[in-house]
Amino acid sequence: MKAHLMHRDQDFDTARELPDNEPALTQDLELNTLLSAMAAGDPLLFEVAQRALLLSLPEPEAITYRQGILADCLSHPAVVRDLYQLAGEALAAQKSIWGSILQQEQPRSLLRTSVQKMAILITFLRRLRDTAVEHGPSFHSPGLSRFFAMVMEELDDEYFALIEGYVTELNFKSGLLLSARLAGGNKSAGYTLRRAREQGFIARMLDRSGYTFTVADRDEAGARALGELEDRGVNLVANALAQSVHHVSSFFVMLRKEIGFYVACLNLAERLSDKQEPTAFPTVVSHDRAQLTARALYDVCLTLTIDGPVVANDIDADHKSLIMITGGNQGGKSTLLRSIGLAQLMAQCGMFVAADSLAVSACDGVFTHYKREEDETMESGKLDEELARMSAIAEHITPRCLLLCNESFAATNEREGSQIARQVVDAMLGENVRVTFVTHMFDLANGYYEQGKSDALFLRAERGAEGSRPFRLSEGEPLPTSYGEDSYRKIFGKAVSPTTVAATDT
Amino acid sequence: MPFHSVLFDRDSDAADSGHEPDFFSDLHLDQIVASLTSGREDYRLAPFFHHALHSVESVRYRHHVLGDLERADVLSAVQAFAAGMARMREHLALVDKLHYDLQKQRWFLEAGGEYCRVVSAFSDALDALELESPGLRSLREFLTTYRASETFTALVTETQQGKDELAAIRYTVHIRGSRVRVSEYEDAPDVGEEVQAAFAKFRQDAARDYRVRFPNYADMNHVEAQILGLVARLFPQPFAHLADYCVRHRGYLDSTIARFDREVQFYLAYLEYIAPLKAAGLAFSYPRVSARSKDITATATFDLSLAAKLVDEHTPVVCNDLHLAGPERILVVSGPNNGGKTTFARTFGQLHYLASLGLPVPGTDTRLFLPDRVFTHFEREENIETLRGKFEDELYRIHAILQEATPASVLIMNESFGSTTLRDAVIVGTEVMKHIISLDALCVFVTFVDELASLSESTVSMMSTVVPDDPAVRTFKVVRKPADGLAYAAALAEKYGLTTEMLRQRISR
Repeated sequence: MKAHLMHRDQDFDTARELPDNEPALTQDLELNTLLSAMAAGDPLLFEVAQRALLLSLPEPEAITYRQGILADCLSHPAVVRDLYQLAGEALAAQKSIWGSILQQEQPRSLLRTSVQKMAILITFLRRLRDTAVEHGPSFHSPGLSRFFAMVMEELDDEYFALIEGYVTELNFKSGLLLSARLAGGNKSAGYTLRRAREQGFIARMLDRSGYTFTVADRDEAGARALGELEDRGVNLVANALAQSVHHVSSFFVMLRKEIGFYVACLNLAERLSDKQEPTAFPTVVSHDRAQLTARALYDVCLTLTIDGPVVANDIDADHKSLIMITGGNQGGKSTLLRSIGLAQLMAQCGMFVAADSLAVSACDGVFTHYKREEDETMESGKLDEELARMSAIAEHITPRCLLLCNESFAATNEREGSQIARQVVDAMLGENVRVTFVTHMFDLANGYYEQGKSDALFLRAERGAEGSRPFRLSEGEPLPTSYGEDSYRKIFGKAVSPTTVAATDT
Repeated sequence: MPFHSVLFDRDSDAADSGHEPDFFSDLHLDQIVASLTSGREDYRLAPFFHHALHSVESVRYRHHVLGDLERADVLSAVQAFAAGMARMREHLALVDKLHYDLQKQRWFLEAGGEYCRVVSAFSDALDALELESPGLRSLREFLTTYRASETFTALVTETQQGKDELAAIRYTVHIRGSRVRVSEYEDAPDVGEEVQAAFAKFRQDAARDYRVRFPNYADMNHVEAQILGLVARLFPQPFAHLADYCVRHRGYLDSTIARFDREVQFYLAYLEYIAPLKAAGLAFSYPRVSARSKDITATATFDLSLAAKLVDEHTPVVCNDLHLAGPERILVVSGPNNGGKTTFARTFGQLHYLASLGLPVPGTDTRLFLPDRVFTHFEREENIETLRGKFEDELYRIHAILQEATPASVLIMNESFGSTTLRDAVIVGTEVMKHIISLDALCVFVTFVDELASLSESTVSMMSTVVPDDPAVRTFKVVRKPADGLAYAAALAEKYGLTTEMLRQRISR
């Protein structure tokens, strides 16, 4: 009995290691902002959403499966939240039964607590079945209709009668019947619990089979020995029932995690709809066609952190392996880069994206290489550090991945920096990695522009009226001057001295 | 020749009473023996390692046995035999230890069963093997005869019957309150299996194993004993057979087999000890031993105890060559400290002693002398107040050695006279050396006194060395080379640009 709400034919893998680039992705794309909104204070939802986002689905078909379930959930949010609640309650109720405080619980005690736990879990299985009966028919996605049908089929009345029977039997009203054989040193071994014949009082009195003895009332050692014998006798059945408790609990654990992903999506959807930001289910195509067409793509993390509306961009980058983003500071370059990364991750975990529409090709992994601000003091070490990080990326990146670079290799002079960057970018493109590169290195960007590559797109941060920036980028060739002089003038209230400019340009 | 021992070609009762020789700790042979006998305490192997052989024939007897044992098929047959005999002894120990007769009897039966199994299996295994050594060949003949004997075949048959009868017994124990009923088993459903099946559909992953592992004490409490008593009443026949078996086969263990079981461990212990060293690429060889020729040689040899430690730490082991021919008798070792001089001296002593145990020794192409005795003189840790006291103590000990040593002895003199003036050391050292030269004994003499290296045609100078470019790194190589006490200092000066020539150039610029 598997919920299978995250994959059509397998469990949501909660044990798999997060990818090695997880810390970089989290930092560079500000994933914690997104995940916190999805979690809405629930740590489990945070974890589930994190795994779903970072362990992307490469197959468009698998993405569609989740999109279907999520669409169902968006139509019936209350039922879905109830299911999440029910699974949580089942686990909490079961946990409230405390066994022995000993490190290893003795079999009789384990059996007692397992019987109690199972009795509780059975009531939640009944509730689950009732929910399925009541609401199942109104769900239409392949994932959820299968789930509810399975619950109704597996948990029928006959099954409840069977398992409730075991719970009663394991209270041992008519004593313990054990089979055994002689092992080393003639000690009894292989104790196995057998179903005792139902025997009335008279029949028991008249039973003359075998031989009997009685442990005297005052014989404490004897009573202990008898207890240990019972422990040995119920060892296997206690294990069987405890494992069954574990399995039923695991079912609820998995159900809670899998349905939790959709609850997390509901949380985010509600936040965005409160801000009247648009969302859309993306069209994800297989990665052999480079595709990226977005309408009104915005930075979901930015909108979650500010009050007003955020600028959205259109991108038409179908058949483009390289997107080179240039332009002045504060021009929205980083925001766009982050929107692209976030949209890719959200699309590939089956979520909606922060846009009016998005068509994107799947990739095998998103990697980020951002200029790090933290250690500006140690200039000489910075380039080393950047190269080391790029080298670490090279350890893990594969063809069909997406690499997002933000002012990479700016730690050295432009000639050297763009030379290194060019070598990296050429290598990546040659290996079929899509690259989006934000840079103010004219030498780098213009070099690619002059190659006239048909699979490269050049976007530029626009200069708005009177130098104010609208955070909207449009297609345009790289320009030799950055907007640093503008910014300087704006902030310092005066222009950069011409001699400085002349000296720099020669 | 009837088989009696796998260690001795002729009977040697003295072998079992030997004390640890005086030189054991100086040569680190005590560590080697402690390490290779650890885990084998029951076999009391140390006396065998304390007892050197003095006949070339006896050494060859062991070489042949080892030659067989170094083959994987022979070794695993012997190991299987040893493991079976160890299990048998464990069973017998329980017979002594336990209280209830029905338990004692059962363990005795198990011991007999193990014995039958292991003896038969070992004999079969040896029959299928190509054996070269007289020792193991005559053991094989002995086993063939023994197996066919009336005593052994009866033991085998009755043991198997007894075990089968007891194994067939099935019963049930019904506990209700304080009342226990023991009856013959009648088929009834296994409740644990049913429960598992009923919940199998929820199985998500491998659940933890909640089964308690009960301590499996050999003895019983009185409740268990009462149950066993009732089982015996339910099935009287098998238990009567069991009691009878124990009386009739009380002394089943053959003394020759028992002796082999112990003695063969001498070889196994050593082979096991050197196995990781061989795996690390270090060579061992069977030395050509002679009680007459003092032409000795060993290539790529090493200190066994140090190598064991280094291999364990995955550190490379430095090997050395040694060689004495013609009139040469004495290796005089000098050179930088911590350069491997003491290790080299120890190696020389170990080689000769291990050879006289009939064991393979470190190194290839080894030819060694079979000494009558080994003497060592190493600096003592003892707390002697005055330098003079220390010097005199050393001299006393050296004197005692020279009194006892014969031309057939091997002497290891390590860094003597470090506690006196150079002049004293040269004078006394020369005197001692002359003694040794006239004794004509094989010797390693580690000293800082260069002069001792060239006293006569019987002395050979060897030096510990350093890496030429980085004198701070010792190579632990000890090579034939004229003694030159200044070489190390000169190399260090060069590294720091402080040789006379370099220093002049630096000053003149």
